[in-house]
Amino acid sequence: MPNRVSIRLDGEYIRATRGQTILEAARANGKFIPSLCAMKGLHPVGACRLCVVEVAGVGRLLPACTTAVQDGMSVTTASEKLRHYRRMILELLFAERNHVCAVCVSNGHCELQALAKRLGVTSVRYPYAFPRLEADLTHPRYVLDHNRCILCTRCVRVCSDVEGAYVWDIGARGVQSRLVCELNVPWGQSENCTSCGKCVQACPTGALAEKGFAAEEMTKRLEPIARLASSRGGRI
Amino acid sequence: MSRTLTIDHVTRIEGHAKITVELDDEGRVADARFHVTQVRGFEKFVEGRPYYEMPAITARICGICPVSHLLASVKACDEIMAVRIPEPAQLLRQLLHCAQFVQSHALSFFYLSAPDLLLGMDGDPAARNVVGLAQKHPELARDGIALRKFGQQAIERLAGERVHPSWTVPGGVNKPLAAEDRDFILGELPIARSIARRTLKFFRGALDRYRDEIEHFGNQSTRYAALTGVDGNFAIYDGLLRFKDADGNLLATVKRPADYARWIGEATMPGTYLKAPYFKPVGYPAGIYRVGPLARLNVAEQCGTPEADAELAEYRQRFGRMPRSAFLFHYARLIEALYCIERMEQLLEEPDILSPHVRATAGVNALEGVGIAEAPRGVLIHHYRVDEQGAIRWANLIIATGHNNLAIRQSVKQVAERYLDGRQLTEGMLNRVQAVVRAFDPCLSCSTHALGLPPLEIRLLSAAGEVLHAVKV
Repeated sequence: MPNRVSIRLDGEYIRATRGQTILEAARANGKFIPSLCAMKGLHPVGACRLCVVEVAGVGRLLPACTTAVQDGMSVTTASEKLRHYRRMILELLFAERNHVCAVCVSNGHCELQALAKRLGVTSVRYPYAFPRLEADLTHPRYVLDHNRCILCTRCVRVCSDVEGAYVWDIGARGVQSRLVCELNVPWGQSENCTSCGKCVQACPTGALAEKGFAAEEMTKRLEPIARLASSRGGRI
Repeated sequence: MSRTLTIDHVTRIEGHAKITVELDDEGRVADARFHVTQVRGFEKFVEGRPYYEMPAITARICGICPVSHLLASVKACDEIMAVRIPEPAQLLRQLLHCAQFVQSHALSFFYLSAPDLLLGMDGDPAARNVVGLAQKHPELARDGIALRKFGQQAIERLAGERVHPSWTVPGGVNKPLAAEDRDFILGELPIARSIARRTLKFFRGALDRYRDEIEHFGNQSTRYAALTGVDGNFAIYDGLLRFKDADGNLLATVKRPADYARWIGEATMPGTYLKAPYFKPVGYPAGIYRVGPLARLNVAEQCGTPEADAELAEYRQRFGRMPRSAFLFHYARLIEALYCIERMEQLLEEPDILSPHVRATAGVNALEGVGIAEAPRGVLIHHYRVDEQGAIRWANLIIATGHNNLAIRQSVKQVAERYLDGRQLTEGMLNRVQAVVRAFDPCLSCSTHALGLPPLEIRLLSAAGEVLHAVKV
């Protein structure tokens, strides 16, 4: 079976490798598809749904990060419908928690903020939920602020896939879902956390940050995680 | 029949307020109240946040003096970390503070108060604003704009942003000063200094016109509170909080910031969200004290820079060692602006000012921290308590306008007694009541850490509590 497939991306023919996802193929060809939960080095889960695309002949939108390319596939990555849904997803993310950019450690270096800017989200049409959420400051070096978490699970995956410590998971259901440390204990009481900080680096927002950083000071590095994952035979 | 006059709302102040004047049965002024009608709840909603976020959060209390909040907050955080910050960081914070004083005083004097002073208290309110000022005294309006711009540009050069910069951090500042930015500020300094000199000269020349106002504008016998250096001289960034009585006798020296509560109590009053701090040894409500430019010059021995000291000497020659009139806030503000410009030059010429060693790091080493700094409007206190992890458990902020609350109330009463004619709120009386409030340069959004709602209303109430006349201004 030939390893190379040919697909149409927004009308343009491109070559892709069998087993690649639409997102990977698009990126390899310099095509931008917005995404938040997808990260090089981590297995895709399709959590944020920002990368939804239209595939000809399929009656529903498919996440580009978890859909494998197929020979002859025709994909639309940008359309009025997609822009509408992506904007809506971002607005709902902002409405669901308390994202206050001005005082956030990641202000100016935040993937959520950057994407909102790029997609022209200048206002949120939904009422804010204003949940009362705590910041977990029990870890000696890092802080978890649920107010800024978008449940992308990058931290969960980097901890299991790359570090192998399995500290993080998602607890509860629906709008009550929260990132939990082990069996829902304060981070400072974790028995498995190696304090490697990969979850902090992988976090696209200011939800996981190093302690002591003032507003705008937290920048993250994703490349070392991708390199590590690749050297350990993980997916890149 | 007694009555009440209400001024709702007072314009050209930062925030929104309402004034009520109560008349007795003979139509004389029985009492006056100053209501601040907003609440924002900063002290409450910061609970649970990491302490090192406090500078960024509390800076949002105010868009005019965010730097003061930043500095009081980082000083409180320095205490929680129990660090002595590097010397260059101290100098840079002071420099930023001086720049903010210049811009804030320029705003207060030229934009908010000069229209009253130069266009006449009885003038048409539609023209009594900075636009009217620009038409009648274009050179003065230009100076005002240029001086504020100087301060704002210096802040931007130092901190990266004019409003709500994130440069000042617990433990110091997050970026050293670049040589080109130092040179830029030094290059602009002479113009700023000549504006300050020119404005002082102009103001001194015009003082005779305001004899009546000086006599009746909050000409109160109160205590004063201000930061001073260890030597007793003028200080705005750090020092000892001192209280003096109306005759200049030293009442108290707060040696450690954490001891402030031994001397300052906070009372709540009906009808206003603004708390009323009072001098504890005297009690409430008699323990009135004032903070701000007048208080700072009264409490300080000297300014400590040559030109400002010369101006201070002349000011004291005219009005005595302990002037009382709230009208002199304006004069004091100009002297302070000159001081800050001189001080900026001294700081920029410090050999260490470009040093890259600008930040100390540490975790939580103390569970409580108090930061006291002078804001342009007076003493600003940030007091935090944290848990072992550094989450804020309790916060108390005392802002300049709060300290002045009881004094503003007394001043309004005094002006109303002098200028109220009969049972109507005349334009001249309304203007003077507002102008006396403006002399304190109150920042109401700061003082209640508050938000929203329209500006100021003045109401005249009868002894029975009936509203006789209400004006929104």
